[in-house]
Amino acid sequence: MENLNLILPEIFISLSIMFLLILGVYKNDSSKITFNLSLFAILITTIITFNETFSVTKETLFNESVVIDSMSSLMKIITLIGGFLVLVISSTYLKTFKIYNIEYPVLILSSILGMMVMISSNDLIVFYMGLELQSLALYVLATYNRDQLKSSEAGLKYFVLSALSSGLLLYGCSLVYGFSGSTNFDIISNQLNSEEYFLTFGIVFILVGLAFKISAVPFHMWAPDVYEGSPTTVTLFFAIVPKIAALTVFIRFLYVPFLNLIDQWQMIIIFLSIASMVFGAVAAIGQTNIKRLIAYSSIGHIGYTLAGLVTASNDGIQSSIIYISIYVVMNLALFSCLLMLRRKDQYYEDIEDLSGLSKNHPLLSLCLLVILFSLAGIPPLAGFFAKFYVFKAVLEQSMYFLAIVGLLSTVVAAFYYLRIIKIMYFDKEKDKYDTDHSLWLKFSLTVSTILILLYFIFPSQLIEVVSRINII
Amino acid sequence: MNFPILSSLILLPIVGALFLFFTKDKEGNNLTAKYVALFTTVVNFLISIYLWISFDQSTSSFQFVEDRTWIEGFINYKVGVDGISILFIILTTFITPLCIISVNNSVKNRLRDFLIAILIMESFMIGVFCALDLVVFYLFFEAGLIPMFLIIGIWGGSRRVYSAFKFFLYTLLGSVLMLVAIISIYWITGTTDVVQLYEIGIDVKYQNLLWLAFFSSFAVKTPMWPVHTWLPDAHVEAPTAGSVLLAAILLKMAGYGFIRFSLGLFPIASEVFTPLIYTLSVIAIIFTSLIALMQEDMKKLIAYSSVAHMGFVTLGIFTLQQQGIEGSIIQMISHGLVSAALFLTVGVVYDRMHSRLISTYGGLVSVIPKYSILFMLFALASLGLPGTSGFIGEFLILMGAFKDNFLVAVIASIGVILGAAYMLWLYKRVVFGKLINEDLKKILDLNRSEYFILSCLAAPILFFGFYPDPLINTIEVSVTDLINMHNSNIASK
Repeated sequence: MENLNLILPEIFISLSIMFLLILGVYKNDSSKITFNLSLFAILITTIITFNETFSVTKETLFNESVVIDSMSSLMKIITLIGGFLVLVISSTYLKTFKIYNIEYPVLILSSILGMMVMISSNDLIVFYMGLELQSLALYVLATYNRDQLKSSEAGLKYFVLSALSSGLLLYGCSLVYGFSGSTNFDIISNQLNSEEYFLTFGIVFILVGLAFKISAVPFHMWAPDVYEGSPTTVTLFFAIVPKIAALTVFIRFLYVPFLNLIDQWQMIIIFLSIASMVFGAVAAIGQTNIKRLIAYSSIGHIGYTLAGLVTASNDGIQSSIIYISIYVVMNLALFSCLLMLRRKDQYYEDIEDLSGLSKNHPLLSLCLLVILFSLAGIPPLAGFFAKFYVFKAVLEQSMYFLAIVGLLSTVVAAFYYLRIIKIMYFDKEKDKYDTDHSLWLKFSLTVSTILILLYFIFPSQLIEVVSRINII
Repeated sequence: MNFPILSSLILLPIVGALFLFFTKDKEGNNLTAKYVALFTTVVNFLISIYLWISFDQSTSSFQFVEDRTWIEGFINYKVGVDGISILFIILTTFITPLCIISVNNSVKNRLRDFLIAILIMESFMIGVFCALDLVVFYLFFEAGLIPMFLIIGIWGGSRRVYSAFKFFLYTLLGSVLMLVAIISIYWITGTTDVVQLYEIGIDVKYQNLLWLAFFSSFAVKTPMWPVHTWLPDAHVEAPTAGSVLLAAILLKMAGYGFIRFSLGLFPIASEVFTPLIYTLSVIAIIFTSLIALMQEDMKKLIAYSSVAHMGFVTLGIFTLQQQGIEGSIIQMISHGLVSAALFLTVGVVYDRMHSRLISTYGGLVSVIPKYSILFMLFALASLGLPGTSGFIGEFLILMGAFKDNFLVAVIASIGVILGAAYMLWLYKRVVFGKLINEDLKKILDLNRSEYFILSCLAAPILFFGFYPDPLINTIEVSVTDLINMHNSNIASK
């Protein structure tokens, strides 16, 4: 008998989704209660995940098609916390646009479920199932503000391109299956060796599909449009939560089934990493919309995360996970600031709207200052340490070119972060923004900013948690 | 003895800044804010003086060392001082209160934020000078960019945005390579602890590249020709207090870095690259002195003179002679005092006339005589007149240079003459001559606080000019030891 406790979080969250759907259908005006219940559900899922799986080193279920290990439990917890915070700070925004409906939390819950399945997958079919579940929920979320042209456009674009990439991914999976005779990661890992040329095609297709999901250059084209068009809270969700799951899958693919083919994929990942870092830095310079800028900046950050993955060492993987965790916190803080730029039911998202913010809202702009310097990777803020760990791992493998290109592109990237700071601090002020923000929004901004600011005092804790992850 | 005196030096300004941050920002509070900042920095100065008194001059090992685990098994938070770094710490704690007194009229809005930025800056600068771990050093070195960027950008002149960006990006670009080098050192030797690295030494085959990576950072910060162009811009646009901090202390970080890291960690590479440093230094001395001659703007002129003086410093450091290095350190301290004083003197007339152009002035001596006398003292100290601290530094550097390379020393000596030329000419045009500009007749002489600041700076300049022993005694053992270590490294190659 399988130990079903290990997938209790997934079971619980699926039951909650069904229950919430039924509740939403049968009860009138149930948006508020669905929101609260779904928050509650995520909270309980987090606790279950922590209790049941956090101490597990490695267990497999269902003919080894699902794996529970320290990486999966940690990443699930980060995903859940990310999802919780996104949901909790969305309500004011959704109410403003009159889209405060029951579908929103349900869709977020289902995409989280999809991600959790992805994170735990140890089998091509389970992986694909999870991926599609989260993608389908995300397509709908992107168009969530359907009365707005841009939102519909974003959803359609995302759907078409994402379906294409899923197709590529599936094709790659079928090739891999054809050569190895199994869909199970561990068996694939034993069957594969670098002799077979066509197998490289399979890997390339899978990597392309995955690179699309984390928007690494050159498969990033959807990101700016989707980020800009989607409702801001959905953009926040896009920017942080799916990235965690996709990164975990990336790690899993590279280091479980394809571990023996490291020569084949290493160059590909190096290319993706360098291209993302450089392109993300350069392309963001000309942006005027904050959400588009965040899209490009997240492309750049994904480049750094990938740099950690190239190394084929546990240090590298751990540094990537640290990077993505810190990135999640920084983006959460950044979007909290963005959601505070509101004047009478109107949200502002152009960089120019930040002009002179420091005179009217000194605290908000101070937070933004800290966040932006952290994103630029200036010490002693958390963003610096994220980069520091990655480059430490990269240099351990003597990949000097990657490290130098990466660090030089941080200088380019610093330029556009500085530009925002310049607009906030050096330019003339505009009208004041509203200050009656919800408590949760203030909470998430304060906590994440403090985490970024004071990370340097206790850097060891995060490392300690992550150091339990030993994939190789 | 176990009281963490260095950490308290670093933390105290931050505590002051936090205190200011949590007080309400009202117009009437400005004076209180200033007193709080002043109090903090003065206390810090007194602590650093205590540090100097209780400092043991007879040993070259690091003192007041604090060593705490910071990132498990990787980096330790390690700070400590030796004869070289203690002087820079005192320079920092001495200049900062003067800066705070000087922000009378120049900073009109958001005085509280300005003071917070200066206080944070101070703590980072002290951190740079006492860090004994490469990563900790890098952290402080880079973190200083943030407050300085804001100081230039928010309170600067008309082209402040351009200057702030240039300052930030130039320095960051130089520093990222140093970060690569620091991490590489960790992987080569297994530690980033400077003291341990001094003992272990770094394999010769890596030294050249690592040296270049550190050089790229320090050269930008020094600044050396041809990457000095950010400095005139930053100086001209920064508010007076910002210029003072920049010239007096920030530039010294690089000189200090050259001594502590380039010489200490990469002795063989330092030998290899000495011709490069000589060439760049000599170009900096001659070329920027000539540029300084042509300047219309007083602040710009002083900025270029800073580049020239820092050229002397780098020249002295890489003579690898006792006199050269001691001269460089004294030159840095002296330049810290003199350039601070010069920027403040320019600030004084700028506050009254709102012009930095030399042509605005002329004949000041008949209107504001006290000012003219002090200005003369600083101008003479800048050109290295015997009896001022500037002379001791330049003289020792040239002595070291003559021992090592005659040609370079001769060319550098020409720089001394050029230095006298542009300083005296500046003084002549501003202070002497006919009083043509009618507006000048109405301006007042130094007020009490200005008089106080400038006298505070004049006193050590004269004192150390006549009696440099306290400085030399402090650094002597450390420098001797550094050179011995260097020579034994070279010999064992």
